[in-house]
Amino acid sequence: MTDAVAQPTNVASAAPDTMAWDSRARRMMMIYLPLACFVIILLFPFYWMAVTAFKPNAELLNYKEHNPFWISSPTLAHIQHLLFNTAYPRWLKTTMLVAIGSTFLSLLASTLAAYAIERLRFRGSPYVGLGIYLAYLVPPSILFIPLATVVVQFGLFDSPLALILVYPTFLVPFCTWLLIGYFKSIPYELEECALVDGATRLQILRRITLPLAVPGLISAGIFSFTLSWNEFIYALAFIQSSANKTVPVAILTELVSGDVYQWGALMAGSLLGSLPVAIFYSLFVDYYVSSLTGAVKE
Amino acid sequence: MSVTALSPRDLALRQPNWFARLLDYKPFLIVVCLAPAIGLLAVFLTYPLGLGVWLAFTDTTIGRRGIYVGLENFQYLLSDPLWWGAVFYSVFYTAVATFGKFALGFWLALLLNNHFPFKSILRAIVLLPWIVPTVLSALAFWWIYDPQFSIISYLLVDVLHWRSTNIDFLGSAWPARFSLIAANIWRGIPFVAISLLAGLQTISPSLYEAAMLDGASSWQRFRYITFPMMMPILAIVMTFSIIFTFTDFQLVYAITRGGPVNSTHLLATLAFQRGIAGGELGEGAAIAVSMVPFLVFATLFSYFGLARRKWQQGESDD
Repeated sequence: MTDAVAQPTNVASAAPDTMAWDSRARRMMMIYLPLACFVIILLFPFYWMAVTAFKPNAELLNYKEHNPFWISSPTLAHIQHLLFNTAYPRWLKTTMLVAIGSTFLSLLASTLAAYAIERLRFRGSPYVGLGIYLAYLVPPSILFIPLATVVVQFGLFDSPLALILVYPTFLVPFCTWLLIGYFKSIPYELEECALVDGATRLQILRRITLPLAVPGLISAGIFSFTLSWNEFIYALAFIQSSANKTVPVAILTELVSGDVYQWGALMAGSLLGSLPVAIFYSLFVDYYVSSLTGAVKE
Repeated sequence: MSVTALSPRDLALRQPNWFARLLDYKPFLIVVCLAPAIGLLAVFLTYPLGLGVWLAFTDTTIGRRGIYVGLENFQYLLSDPLWWGAVFYSVFYTAVATFGKFALGFWLALLLNNHFPFKSILRAIVLLPWIVPTVLSALAFWWIYDPQFSIISYLLVDVLHWRSTNIDFLGSAWPARFSLIAANIWRGIPFVAISLLAGLQTISPSLYEAAMLDGASSWQRFRYITFPMMMPILAIVMTFSIIFTFTDFQLVYAITRGGPVNSTHLLATLAFQRGIAGGELGEGAAIAVSMVPFLVFATLFSYFGLARRKWQQGESDD
């Protein structure tokens, strides 16, 4: 910390009269203090989740004798209850299946679509791109009621397959948009060379364009995975039986029951349900940030 | 690339069959490539969107095909105080939460734009609230807002002695409304901050140097350089934020389910309550359709925000 504080920023070196502004105490007050507050507030609910998940019930509901911010005798009872007395492992499995299935489906569909729009260039291709982009602006809250009737019509009600097929409606627009940006950055000349050498269009896509667009594919994949893991309203409306529920829906509808809430188990469930996305995210942070910001800048 | 090394002999060996030749026919290839995406979107997005509008004009319930009833659903909604309550709270929720998210998010972005150690780690940590499933963090907030064991009440009452009684966060209308808005702001800050940070990093430092040579104060630099340069990206991020805050469902459903006494219903939660839980599909669809004018307004806002972008980058305005 200290050596960076002493380091003059390029702002200070540009204009000497702003040196006073950049003094150590001022910098502490104006930057580190608010930043620390932000981090504490943004992380506190997770800390609270974790503390609650490992606290025995006696400590959980007695703030007079135990400091609520710390655990005196940590316990795994809540997690054990969750894993062995509820269908939690089953819910995790369903969620994983749905997330991977819909990610794979939307990556396939949007790669082909982005390639056609950006590289095969036909009359009206910008309009197709615009149409797909507009689909992103249609929020699930408007669609879930008619979609529920469509799902029933197809006989997919209460089946994870319904979610795998429906999630691409919000994943495909985003991924296509992201991949169009990546395809744009690949020079045309590479494809022309391949065409001259007699490669077919599909060979070009498989051997040249896709390998060069791998960072984009990874970004789109991570984004799709986290979005489908987090999805709630469709999963709530289309799934009824306990066994087929996804983690967010199951925790809210199966674990919240009666007048006395099992806060320990609820928080343990939330913690475990957040971990897969958090781990996945931490492995690919840079891709994630670049896709988020890249999509906004496009 | 290996393809560039293909010799004529190789090509002759793998003489393409009729299917491969068909795939090389461009119009056919275009159709094949677009089919999955367009198909999925048409069946699960465009068709339901139309169906939703149609349902809004019928009296369909779960298990019974409805008949066309004209504007009856909408007339009923206009006379329904609950719908008006939901419209009020949706607008209020969106306005206050968007303001909070952008004020705090912009501030956080400006802070993160400074040089300090562990910056990338900090940036990664800051995004956490946004990637964790909303319902799960909403549950944490529910527990934080517990009437008896709220940690905020504990801090205020037992540690700081500022109050003598616990705060009843979710028990009455206005505290519940503001508690939900606070949770929404908490979840929205990271997205705003990281998107705006990306925008801040594209502003050329030479502009600030020039302004400082002219003696501009730090406020003037913010007001006349940072803010106008950020307008285009602000407009886009804000449109997305407004659309997804206005149609929010998860937070409210997880924490209050519209209560106490229906005071925190958003249009989406009301539509769910009437349409799916209550089985009145037609009426639920009408509530969902009533969100559309607000969303169109937000999208137009985005369009004009985008249109501003070109002249600011020195290109011609078309």
